[in-house]
Amino acid sequence: MSIEITGVNKRFGDFVALADIDLNIPTGQLTALLGPSGGGKTTLLRIIAGLEETDTGQIVIEGQDATRLPVQKRNVGFVFQHYAAFKHLSVARNIAFGLEIRKRPADEINRKVGELLDLVHLRQFAHRLPSQLSGGQRQRMALARALAIEPTVLLLDEPFGALDAKVRKELRDWLRRLHDEVHVTTVFVTHDQEEALEVADSIVVINEGRIEQIGTPDELYDAPASDFVLSFLGPVTKLGDRLIRPHDIEITRYEQAATASGPITRWTRVGFEIRLEVTPDDVLHPDPVQVTVTRAEATALGLHLGDRVWLRPAIGAEQVKA
Amino acid sequence: MTRTSGIGLGVAVLWFSLLVLIPLSAVVVTTTEGGWANFWRTITNEQTAHAIRLTVLAAVVVTVVNVFSGTAIAWVLVRDRFPGKALLELIIDIPFALPTIVAGLVLLSLYGNDSPLGLHLSNSSWSVYLAFAFVTLPFVVRMVQPVLEELDLDVEEAAASLGASRFTTFRRILLPSLAPAIAAGAALSFARAVGEYGSLVLLSGNLPFKSEVASVRILSAIENDNPAGAASVATLLLLVSLLVIVVLDVVQRKVAQRG
Amino acid sequence: MAESHVTRHARGPVTYLIRVFAIGYLLLLVAWPVALVVTHTFDDGLHSLRAVFSDPDTVHALQLSVIAAIVATAINTVFGVGMSLLLVRSEFWGKRLLSALLDLPLSVSPIVVGLALVLVYGGRDGWFGPTLDGWGIHVIFSTPGIILATAFVSLPLVIREVVPTLREIGIEQEQAALSLGASTWQTFWRITLPSIRWAVVYGVVLTLARSLGEFGAVKVVSGNVLGQTRTATLAVEEKYLNFEADVAYAIAFLLASVSVVAIAIVSFLRSRKAH
Repeated sequence: MSIEITGVNKRFGDFVALADIDLNIPTGQLTALLGPSGGGKTTLLRIIAGLEETDTGQIVIEGQDATRLPVQKRNVGFVFQHYAAFKHLSVARNIAFGLEIRKRPADEINRKVGELLDLVHLRQFAHRLPSQLSGGQRQRMALARALAIEPTVLLLDEPFGALDAKVRKELRDWLRRLHDEVHVTTVFVTHDQEEALEVADSIVVINEGRIEQIGTPDELYDAPASDFVLSFLGPVTKLGDRLIRPHDIEITRYEQAATASGPITRWTRVGFEIRLEVTPDDVLHPDPVQVTVTRAEATALGLHLGDRVWLRPAIGAEQVKA
Repeated sequence: MTRTSGIGLGVAVLWFSLLVLIPLSAVVVTTTEGGWANFWRTITNEQTAHAIRLTVLAAVVVTVVNVFSGTAIAWVLVRDRFPGKALLELIIDIPFALPTIVAGLVLLSLYGNDSPLGLHLSNSSWSVYLAFAFVTLPFVVRMVQPVLEELDLDVEEAAASLGASRFTTFRRILLPSLAPAIAAGAALSFARAVGEYGSLVLLSGNLPFKSEVASVRILSAIENDNPAGAASVATLLLLVSLLVIVVLDVVQRKVAQRG
Repeated sequence: MAESHVTRHARGPVTYLIRVFAIGYLLLLVAWPVALVVTHTFDDGLHSLRAVFSDPDTVHALQLSVIAAIVATAINTVFGVGMSLLLVRSEFWGKRLLSALLDLPLSVSPIVVGLALVLVYGGRDGWFGPTLDGWGIHVIFSTPGIILATAFVSLPLVIREVVPTLREIGIEQEQAALSLGASTWQTFWRITLPSIRWAVVYGVVLTLARSLGEFGAVKVVSGNVLGQTRTATLAVEEKYLNFEADVAYAIAFLLASVSVVAIAIVSFLRSRKAH
């Protein structure tokens, strides 16, 4: 059982948002739809939710054909980037909304809401209005509200995009731990590869309406199917005629068999990383090569700005022909 | 506050007092000078009392109608799409732009003696309802419209994803957001209606006990050299105006609190 | 931007119902009656309009309305811009009360406005009237009274346009100007005023339209003396009651056209600006 998406196509006027999407999202997993803005991932998420209709194809959720089913009947929990809080209702009433719609008895609602408030650590804010909460708290409320209806699948549209960096990281961890506890099939959309790599069980890379690759974070990072996936998932640089990760380059101060050599022309320290730029002597490949080393490595090698160095790919490094 | 601002404020407040505050308090003072007995006698005078009752009743009815029609019209303006919709925007502003005496003429043409619809509402108490409906048309619409425009569609989608039907979403999510705007529009509409004069002059005939409204009684009293009597009824109307201001202020604060 | 507000749902029967109701209501209440007045005016071709301009009393009435409207608008613009600046940029005791009171003219009956002004500025029994009369300043039953009444009823309109705009713009531009050495007056003239110019324009147009159309307050305050204190709106009433309906329609048409065109221009400019 899972979410089966077959033959989905979606156009907005002349613009093709999704083309021939076939996808299978396994039950109980945390799947990320990753890609650049405008690539189609949000559209796909909304089609799964029933907030958009697909032009062709089928959506089957846990064995039931949901293609023409309106969103109210799909029992999906949807979390929006800007929270979509019901501003005139308290936090508790927000969370209770879906249960009230389903006409659950009052004591059951109170119990469930209490449980969820504890789950998201918002118990003391139960009777506050959303406007009195911080962004991160509002998003936790939105999550609790979506979980209250015991959804078949939980869908999150760039849930942490509106929050600042520190809160984003905290909530990311928190979402992962929540999923480990609750095990609802979860699909979330993001354009942040770090987020996808850190949180997801499996990642679907979508670009320009098409699926580029599906796999676990390790698979995508170590065995990218195309240079798009390689460059989207992490930093890349060109060494010779191949694309490679800057930290996968072996750098020495003595002459050796090397793909390129030249002086260190730029030296930037960011925290524990040193990001170097080496300008090769080779006229055929004159573009500067980015090389990333740790501070410890740089000290051990005795590197300085202006030193002549020799570069070659590290053993086992993933490379893709440029 | 800088010194220039201070002087500016002083001058502005002085002008405002001379133009608005002092004259309006003169109305209240004149009423109290006449004593409570005089006030009571004036507003319980049969003709005056009837006029006041008619004015308030018609204003209430029209305000209720406006709440529904105004919200519906605002909805159509913001959410619907069809050719010629822009023309509707202009039509809604006409009652606000038109001189009231002209409004009377306008309504006479369709609902007077030469009515092509065969509806002869002039010189009857219906004319009062009609005139009030005309002049208060824009108030609820123009209050609700910007709020509807600002509404986050995400919130409606969230409600739908939680299982709410379109009607439930409207009732439980949209309406509460619109309520303050509707209340403000209703308050303005009510105040405008109870004070209306110009559109009724030609349309209603100002017939005692039939189509005479409170403002006409005030004018009669002025013309009959009875300033105390005029002031009494006027004070009543002023109380309504002040009430409206209070409602508007409360609503504004509640909205700000919700964020 | 407007596109995103159009409902994303399918068009159900309810949508059509509301649409028909809204259009029907507006048609029966406003559009049709207005159309009839326009046709009435031109029943005799341009004859009635020409009659308007050939009658000296009527011409005087039109002039008086225009002058009163312009003067009242000028006063309210200066007052309105100044008051808006004070409300948005300064703090002072009683600010919230003052802001609420400024909305009063919108909800006060025009007859009450006239009465209030007569009680204070009436030449015989007013609070200040007799004193002013002694100085040779006649307010009631004279042009200054008409101007006061007109200014009263249209007072808040400029403020209601300028205040939200001032709030939205924020104080940073002005602070930048001051940091670059501009004086308060220079900042106001070169930075603040240009940034609110459209709000001021809208406010002025709305004030003019409202001022031209005032009837009840002016009736009480003017004494309606033919050829002297009769405004255009009073002329409409008088002509109609004297069985000169066609002239009444002609004046009404003139007044209405100016007001409606003014509002139409404002709406158009506003919607253009928003995109």
